[in-house]
Amino acid sequence: MTKVRVSMEVNQQMRDAQIEPRMLLVSFLREELGLTGTHVGCETTNCGACTVLLDGRGVKSCTVLALQAEGKKVTTIEGIGTAENLNPIQLAFWEKHGLQCGFCTPGMILASYELLEVEPDPDEKVIREALSGNLCRCTGYVNIIKSVKYAAKLRKKGMRGLRKGAA
Amino acid sequence: MNPKSFEYHAPKSVAEASSLAEEYGMDAKFLAGGQSLIPLMKLRLLSPSHLIDLGRIPGLSYIRDEGNHLAIGAMERIAGIARSDLVRRQCPILSQCAHQIADPLVRNMGTIGGNLSHADPTNDMPAVMVAAGASIVAASGQGSRVIPAGDFFVDTFTTALKGTEVLVEVKIPIGPTRRGAYLKLERQAGDFGIVGVAAVLEMSSDGRCLAARIALTGVGPTVVKATRAEEILKGVELDKNTIDRASRAAAEEAQPSGDLRGSAEYKRAMVEVMTSRTIQAAARRRAER
Repeated sequence: MTKVRVSMEVNQQMRDAQIEPRMLLVSFLREELGLTGTHVGCETTNCGACTVLLDGRGVKSCTVLALQAEGKKVTTIEGIGTAENLNPIQLAFWEKHGLQCGFCTPGMILASYELLEVEPDPDEKVIREALSGNLCRCTGYVNIIKSVKYAAKLRKKGMRGLRKGAA
Repeated sequence: MNPKSFEYHAPKSVAEASSLAEEYGMDAKFLAGGQSLIPLMKLRLLSPSHLIDLGRIPGLSYIRDEGNHLAIGAMERIAGIARSDLVRRQCPILSQCAHQIADPLVRNMGTIGGNLSHADPTNDMPAVMVAAGASIVAASGQGSRVIPAGDFFVDTFTTALKGTEVLVEVKIPIGPTRRGAYLKLERQAGDFGIVGVAAVLEMSSDGRCLAARIALTGVGPTVVKATRAEEILKGVELDKNTIDRASRAAAEEAQPSGDLRGSAEYKRAMVEVMTSRTIQAAARRRAER
């Protein structure tokens, strides 16, 4: 099958490649760009481990063709913070033990990111609804909810990016 | 898990999309948000050799108040409908339905046009469209036509659309006498429903039900219209006895088959329960504007 060109902005950098049209966005991110922070979980649109932001909205990248992201902005977990400079949501998940194995975490954090952009001070019901497309088999969700609430608090204090030690 | 290889087309207009569909015929599928189509393609249940992406056609994503109806563009995302204050105010049944579809991430990609033209009998939107008396606008290179929602859903995964027609808009009647509700019984959050019931009532100022439209999700090869239930509700006051009789009639009209979400008998029983709850929820709503 002939390859086609796709280009999109990934984590604020223009990226393009020649791909097969059938390539999924998650494969484009992981295999073409090496951004393996986006995880492949169920591959059936259930678990949300592959969640990324497409023009600011959370989507399951295992169920989006790379070509559907043509000309759009994609944000992955690599785009919201670094080990040296964590995003407040990442810091909050760390502080409040919002993860155990960590497999679902990138998806949880990006879904939380979209939520907090829209609703800076969500209550538990709103958080649970916003994360209802993301499955975690370790935590029982209680600490994830605490993490998102704590992240909201950190963001309100104007903490956009910071080191763990500085918290 | 990848789909089989296909050739990708990104038309810039509905006419162009339609002519591509004409050229490739049965080998082609339209792609809207892809939240039903892509999973089917990954499972290789469907392997079109040509995919016609409607996502780059400008002007297909909008929600407009046109006085006696809301006009919604086919590529409007389910999330856009769920978030819309206009829809919540003017057509709460649609807002309520949108919030119950899949999960927020799927709703961010999934579109109303894709949801309807996929015609999955367990999709929620079709019953709402039928109960609301919506119209579906289909366009091709040769112009457009309007199809009543009641005639649109022909069979499982089968609509009245011709191969070259693109669903471009949905028109949903609104008005001060209408009260609608959509309730869905789920096995787990975000799953397809076990049964769903859409009810739209026309209420008089003294609280009588002038007319009712009831449509059922998940209990037949396509949307089931509960016409006997509608007859029972017509022109009367909605007391407990009336609602009970209408709910029983709806359960009898359902054509459920057993699957992993429940036996046919269970689903029929749940249609009765959910119809009763939905009629009551609709009747409790305040005037829609």
